Amino acid sequence: MDLILVNLIDGLVTGLLLFMLSAGLTLIFSMMGVLNFAHASFYMLGAYFAYQISLALGFWLGLLIAPLIVGVIGAGVERYGLRRVHQYGHVPELIFTFGLALLIEELVQFIWGKNQMPYNVPDVLNFTAFSISGNSIPAFKVFMIFVSVGIFLGLLFVLTKTRVGMIIQAALSYPRTVEALGHNVPLIFMGVFGVGTALAGVAGVIAGPVLGTFPGMAFVLGSIVFVTIVIGGLGSLWGALVASLLIGWITTFAKSYNIEMEGILNAIGIATPENLSDNPLRDFWALTSPQIADILPYILMVLILIFRPQGLFGKRES
Amino acid sequence: MIDPVTDVKGARPDEQITTNPADASQRMRMQTPMIAVAPWVIAILVLLFLPLVFTNNSALTIMNQMSITIIFALAYNMLLGQAGMLSFGHAVYAGVGGFACMHIMNMTDFFASIPLVILPIFGGLFGMGLAMIVGSFSTRSAGTVFAMISLGVGELIAASSVIIVAFFGGEEGVSGDRTYAQPFFGVEFLQQIEVYYLTAAWVIVSALLMFLWSRTPVGRMANAVRDNPERAEFLGYSSRWVRFYSFVASGFFAGIAGGLFAINYEILTEENLNTTSSGVILLVTFLGGVGFFFGPIIGAVVFTLVQTVLSLQTELWAFYAGSLFLATVMFFPGGLAGLLMMHVPVFKLGKAGHLVMPYIKTLIPAAIGVLGLAALVEMTFHYRHAATGDNEMTVFWTTFDSHTLLPWLIAGAITIIGLGIARATAPDLKEAWNEANTAGGGA
Amino acid sequence: MKNITKFGAVSALSLIIGASSAFAADIKIAFIDPLSGPFASTGTNGLHQFEFAAEYMVNDKGGLLDGKTMEVVGFDNKISPKESLIQLQVAIDQGIRFIVQGNSSGVANALTEAIEKHNKRNPDSRVLFLNYAAVDPALTNEKCNFWHFRFDANADIKMDALTDVMVENKDIKKVYIIGQDYSFGKAVSDAANRMLKDKAPEIEVVGDELHPIGKVKDFTPYARKVVSSGADAVITGNWGADMLGLGKSIIENGFEGPIYTYYAAGSGITAAFGESGKDRIRLISQGSINPIGSEEARELYNAFLKKYPDGNIDQSRIFNTIGMLSQAIEEAGTADDVVAVATALESMEYESMWGGKLFMRPQDHQLIQDMHVGVHTNDGLDFDYDQSGYGIKNESTVEMASMDSPTTCEMKRP
Repeated sequence: MDLILVNLIDGLVTGLLLFMLSAGLTLIFSMMGVLNFAHASFYMLGAYFAYQISLALGFWLGLLIAPLIVGVIGAGVERYGLRRVHQYGHVPELIFTFGLALLIEELVQFIWGKNQMPYNVPDVLNFTAFSISGNSIPAFKVFMIFVSVGIFLGLLFVLTKTRVGMIIQAALSYPRTVEALGHNVPLIFMGVFGVGTALAGVAGVIAGPVLGTFPGMAFVLGSIVFVTIVIGGLGSLWGALVASLLIGWITTFAKSYNIEMEGILNAIGIATPENLSDNPLRDFWALTSPQIADILPYILMVLILIFRPQGLFGKRES
Repeated sequence: MIDPVTDVKGARPDEQITTNPADASQRMRMQTPMIAVAPWVIAILVLLFLPLVFTNNSALTIMNQMSITIIFALAYNMLLGQAGMLSFGHAVYAGVGGFACMHIMNMTDFFASIPLVILPIFGGLFGMGLAMIVGSFSTRSAGTVFAMISLGVGELIAASSVIIVAFFGGEEGVSGDRTYAQPFFGVEFLQQIEVYYLTAAWVIVSALLMFLWSRTPVGRMANAVRDNPERAEFLGYSSRWVRFYSFVASGFFAGIAGGLFAINYEILTEENLNTTSSGVILLVTFLGGVGFFFGPIIGAVVFTLVQTVLSLQTELWAFYAGSLFLATVMFFPGGLAGLLMMHVPVFKLGKAGHLVMPYIKTLIPAAIGVLGLAALVEMTFHYRHAATGDNEMTVFWTTFDSHTLLPWLIAGAITIIGLGIARATAPDLKEAWNEANTAGGGA
Repeated sequence: MKNITKFGAVSALSLIIGASSAFAADIKIAFIDPLSGPFASTGTNGLHQFEFAAEYMVNDKGGLLDGKTMEVVGFDNKISPKESLIQLQVAIDQGIRFIVQGNSSGVANALTEAIEKHNKRNPDSRVLFLNYAAVDPALTNEKCNFWHFRFDANADIKMDALTDVMVENKDIKKVYIIGQDYSFGKAVSDAANRMLKDKAPEIEVVGDELHPIGKVKDFTPYARKVVSSGADAVITGNWGADMLGLGKSIIENGFEGPIYTYYAAGSGITAAFGESGKDRIRLISQGSINPIGSEEARELYNAFLKKYPDGNIDQSRIFNTIGMLSQAIEEAGTADDVVAVATALESMEYESMWGGKLFMRPQDHQLIQDMHVGVHTNDGLDFDYDQSGYGIKNESTVEMASMDSPTTCEMKRP
């Protein structure tokens, strides 16, 4: 029972982290139709910048400055790269972000080298907030929860209660009409791209010390972010939140409990074949949930796309 | 959301006045069978004589790798270019085909009764079988849904490669020995050169089949469905079935590529299935150009060279590859093939001569400038990461001390002057280009 | 059009291959390991150590066979078996007869099979495979061949030494085994279970699990299981980012016992653990760094640091590889006839500067050497790792570990 509570908290942290990435991506996707493959690369940039800044100015200034730099770079990429490619269509845009992801990874290695960076939790937060029957919850995780919830509320407020938010929402569905009303839609695109990447940067800053800051960190996260927004429904902030939490909890619980395929199959009435070690399906029978925890989101995505192509909260198809 | 080729054509404004030999509609009208056959004959001759020029085994190995990538990229382009379907997990069809071939190689009795030459067919059949299963639910719609299902299925199969050890062999993969097959007219395929001719033959056969496929009604309908599924439906074609057929055919040829991989390397591992391989084939195809049948061939050749040969020269090869992709997609969305085909109208108008001088004036300085830039990048990298005391480095066959100022000045000057001249002469080139593309006194 | 392109491209190709084989040292060694991509740091560090070893131990001392120099050529295999086989072919064409590789047993498997086939099919250009780090036991058991030599201890030998040390520690009653889900992770888990049962039946294995390799973003759930299982010690064969992620997570989330590892040192991992890993991380390794094995080794290490100030010698076996190869070449009197060199290498005894005697067991080409279990600390070090002030200090040593361990290898000599 205690472990369930601990797992709920852990899943929440993972989910909220994923949400910070997917929130930006889902806005970018629904507005510009760009599957931004480089989104996780901006997350990586956030971590590296924050590490570099934290060496000179400490963690907190890193948390403040690094996302800003990432956002400016993101806006620059939109303005000078994507906008140019946009005229050629969606596939070139996608390839552009694909190439960009490659290039950013190479650049990071070029500048910082290939080793893991000693980017650590700041001393102020380096203690155990509380423990539940021997399982300690580090204060930094509590901090991560607060930061991401704060960002979600802020985003929700901006999108639903402010004028800019209204325009963004309108531009999501009817860019031409919004443009005809005299709004500068390209500027909105650039702004959204900048903010989206800055959010990814924030995620990088606070995830770097926990999950490690190394050149492969973008690749590890890579496609799971897409999976999240597709499950949640493209363009839906709530969908992104629900899907992120869902994935966070599913993977956490799957890793925490050794559910065996043999048990499941026996439970639904399929008997274990004799001579299991010679059976061609032996590996399938021996599956356990921690082994497949990280691919469960993909299974979920495929199922959702087959039965509800618009995603959990999506209003339109693709 | 995806219709690359219309986009690509948009960037090629002269389409109407050209007779593009790769363009289906015009080939039928304009060309005699002689001209249609010519490229294939030349290709066969070139493939036949290449080993006489490059006799060492590593060149053969690299050419084999190129050939495998060519088949795979062409198969991929049946989806992306011809049917407008973007797949993020296409490596699994090649991979599963290859794994099946490896298992056949290991079935000693059966393998000894068939000649090695026909082994790729089994790869193709297995790739096709898997494509039929996946296609039955993934081809219902195009666009993002198809793309994301392909990503999901690709990840699933790639992940199961380390879990389902019985079929995929886990981390170390499955290996075998091709020489246990029935000798083919006395050839046992012990040497690279024998494998080269086997692979080359399969390249010609599969490329030809894929080309003919694009000329069948289904192949034509794939283009229609890509451009406007609704209108295709009104004509009485089910766009879903057209997509399904394209997908299955593409899976078949991808499986053949996998079978050839099995013959060449005699081992298949998880890397044949993973998302990196799927991403690479997308980049290769796009680099070559999705709008033309032969585009992926160029892409495969160039990419293999970059990956295998450039990586011998510099650790930064992936950096250059990334830059190349970005530059291609930003400036030549038609890919390298699009770049080449832009010149067809110029030749048709007989004005190619007008371009030679402006090209020399702009492109040579530009190339020198880019090389200068590459030298600067290499020097920075060396300066930052080389061992202390190890100041000597070699760039472009010149050895110097990267910690002195002079080489930096020289490389910087070359870069600035090269790019500067290119920039200064670019307007002339543009003018000459417009002029060369104008038929007579204006088309 | 395409043919012209292809022709041009291929001409360029042969030019470039030609260019790289133009300059030549007398004895060349091909280093086939990742130099780009996610595993590049391990590969690049290994290459530096090899280059330094050849320079310092061979060339600066006048070379081999009356003045022949040794050169290590790096080939980037991008940790892909396919690329490894292509680069192997390129290396062979450049006249290289000695191949070294270590990262990933998957690649090692592909290479050892390819080399066996190549040597059978092309007796004129045979090559030797000197494996300095791939530890899958199969390579010196059912998949062994005459051309393959392993200079690292295999996973079983390491576990044998590790469990010898663990059973001495009477505080350990419950053990948790966790590893990456592939052949090596499974080999570690099998060996740990088998040997703990043999040596100390009273120790209970409270957890034994595998996680996907290189895919886990957050190890917290695994750490929770470790903590709640009540384990006193953890055994893991993880490496790279998986090692760091797992270790950090286990420590952060409240586990207090020792963590016995194979690869938790160097390449930035020591620095990243820093204070948090002190007296917690244990590492099985060969070659004694703290205390340093000999004065000769101390000089070498200092010279290495002069050249690579932020480098580590975290793979002292690389120096053994070069040393033993040099001795074998001298004994055979040739560097071209690899059969003679291999014969000299078999059953060679060698005094390592890192301490202890080395013995290349002829029946399976597995090097037998002293194994050390060290602890991550900042106390009383001769040399730290990653300039972090922290390093690995020996706690216990098993001499000539697993000298008599059985092997299923049936060595076929040419």
